[in-house]
Amino acid sequence: MTFRRYLILGAVMVCASVGDTFLSAGMKQVGPVSLHHLLTLLVALKNPWVFSGILFLILFFAAYLTALSWADLTFVLPATGFGYVIIALLSKFWLQETISPARWIGILLITLGVGFVTQGPSYTNHTHPDPREAVAVPAGTGERTATQKNGRSA
Amino acid sequence: MNLSGEASVWSMIGVIVLLATTGDVLIAGAMRQIGDFDVIRSHSGFKGAILAVLRNARFFFGVLCMALSFFSLLFALSWADVSLVAPASAALTFVTNAFAAKWILKENVDGRRWIAAVCVCTGVFFLSR
Repeated sequence: MTFRRYLILGAVMVCASVGDTFLSAGMKQVGPVSLHHLLTLLVALKNPWVFSGILFLILFFAAYLTALSWADLTFVLPATGFGYVIIALLSKFWLQETISPARWIGILLITLGVGFVTQGPSYTNHTHPDPREAVAVPAGTGERTATQKNGRSA
Repeated sequence: MNLSGEASVWSMIGVIVLLATTGDVLIAGAMRQIGDFDVIRSHSGFKGAILAVLRNARFFFGVLCMALSFFSLLFALSWADVSLVAPASAALTFVTNAFAAKWILKENVDGRRWIAAVCVCTGVFFLSR
């Protein structure tokens, strides 16, 4: 793992949790949305907190896509687990939500679980060609060779 | 329809998880098909990397599912605590993704990752208390 790749994983963690928290703050201002008035969700996009939350989630998505280009889904996804701690702290100290001791235990267990899984390798070597990769790859992008796949760092 | 009950909260979380898992698997499959961004950028530049993603149909279906998952999350956040909905939906998505990654993407989901899945499930149980 290079420093740049650690930064990308860091962006995955931070942007997702900050984005979710901003969305929550915005939706609290917008108020409850009824199933019969789902168009209210589009009006909610005008709320600055919701808009900022979406910007952070776009940044998260860009970092997420980049990470998925060199690591397994089951490696990248747990990286967001550390974001639970950030969400818990933001929701407690900023949104004034109550977090019970049981929820803190739950958050800790989840963080332990995702921390455990990231100790393993970040990629899977597919020794047999994946038939899905036979689908035409856009010109100029090339297709990863076995060497390139093996070259991905853990 | 009364959406204030606990069952309604968890039903909404279930919808978010289903859509997010489908989106994640489709997007991960697309990115595997496309290849390492760094390699593509070195050959075709940043524009080439963007075009490679935008030309992939699987990516668009994945984004559609993620967008639907996002609006489901937005809907749920309007009447439930972020400290429950966000971690619970993301954590359950992690577990369902482990299954999907093993059976659909053929990733090496070893014992370590299954144990982690159990930890996450237990954590979600405590989150709901």
